Amino acid sequence: MNHVSHAAATPIIVIHDLVKQFGRFAALRGVSAEFVSGRLYAIVGENGAGKTTLLRSLAGLTRPTRGTISMLGTTDLRSVCRQVGYMAHPSLLYDEMAGMENLRYFARLYGIQDDERCAATITAVGLDPTLTRPVGQYSQGMRQRMSLARAMIHDPRILLLDEPFSNVDAHSARQMTHLLKQLRDAGKTIFVVTHQASQLEHAADEFVQMEAGLITRRTRELMMAETP
Amino acid sequence: MSAITNVARASLSKDLRLEWRSKDAINSMLFFALLVVVIFSFSFDPTAEESRRIAGGLVWVAFLFAAVVALNQTWARELRNQVLDAYRVSPAPANALFLAKAFGNFIFVIVLETFMTPLFIVFYNLRALGPAYQLLIVSALGTWALVVNGTFFAAMSLRTRSREIMLPLLLFPISIPALLATVEATTAILTGDFSAKFWIVLLAAYNVVFTTACLLLFDTVLNAE
Repeated sequence: MNHVSHAAATPIIVIHDLVKQFGRFAALRGVSAEFVSGRLYAIVGENGAGKTTLLRSLAGLTRPTRGTISMLGTTDLRSVCRQVGYMAHPSLLYDEMAGMENLRYFARLYGIQDDERCAATITAVGLDPTLTRPVGQYSQGMRQRMSLARAMIHDPRILLLDEPFSNVDAHSARQMTHLLKQLRDAGKTIFVVTHQASQLEHAADEFVQMEAGLITRRTRELMMAETP
Repeated sequence: MSAITNVARASLSKDLRLEWRSKDAINSMLFFALLVVVIFSFSFDPTAEESRRIAGGLVWVAFLFAAVVALNQTWARELRNQVLDAYRVSPAPANALFLAKAFGNFIFVIVLETFMTPLFIVFYNLRALGPAYQLLIVSALGTWALVVNGTFFAAMSLRTRSREIMLPLLLFPISIPALLATVEATTAILTGDFSAKFWIVLLAAYNVVFTTACLLLFDTVLNAE
């Protein structure tokens, strides 16, 4: 194993012996890891490796069968949910509403009543906040960006992104990568679950390889981590 | 408290906007209730006296079945694109979402009742012999009893495979006391034979108990895996 050393930095997330079972299937089989702040982590691995389950556990959407997750110094993930932004594989958006309407609603859930902030977030992901057509009529790439805007609306310290580049054209993917780099440089800790690790080759600080419910390797280089 | 109010208001306005655009719930409810009225009116040919005695039951059974159609739609929107997960990861209180959904359904069923009541009056030649204003109270309390449990059990059956069958199976038995009180109160007001006060108090007590229980338990239901 080629572990990356973080001796100097204080971990923002500490996972200890995390197990998640769905019936008899163990999606996570005793994951232990520490992650420091202000870095972009690419979580890679084959289908069924446990990447999404790990991300959902970090988001507090999946309750571990065993083990603990400590985030920002607490194991009560609900108490730090304002500091976490989550983007799933599905868009988590209402297809029948426009992008701005969606974002306005999700902002209210975080107590944000500022339309200008919603518009600025939509602009930051490269979309037009004045678009009135419903999200259901957006292209997949636009939907992914709007989904990223939703995850960012409350300016969280930690971003959990599941397959943000799926079905996104190369140009849009490059733009999203650039945005993620900017967010990382602004001090955010970003986790990106992806099958397209090459998109993050020059952006990720670390590649976290998962296999069969375990973190098997953490490297700075993509070549050593990427699955065939 | 203000967080609950703000989030509930935002969720309610979102639900009303989505319903206004799609009209999924309202259309299916109206169509269903209309069918019940027409079929019943062809099946029976009651006198005005008989109508007053059976109308309470007919009206509320029609509303109950029609409401189930809307209740099934309540959470369907939240399942598409897994939008409910966006709510679950937010700090918004679960109760706010429950209240918004319950009030939304209350509005939909009240709209249905507003459209259907004149039809029932015409088809069944109805005229209240008791204090008619009490019908408004019974209608509000009966509708709330229906939607508060319906919203809760619709959320509970959300992750089951055949949730459209599960909802009536869970909802109808627990609604029996409320339905009985609503039907009896309506019949009392229409016939003027006896006072509806006991049934109205029973309905109010039922609402207090079940609204409290639903609010206390909804967080567990929302975050169940």
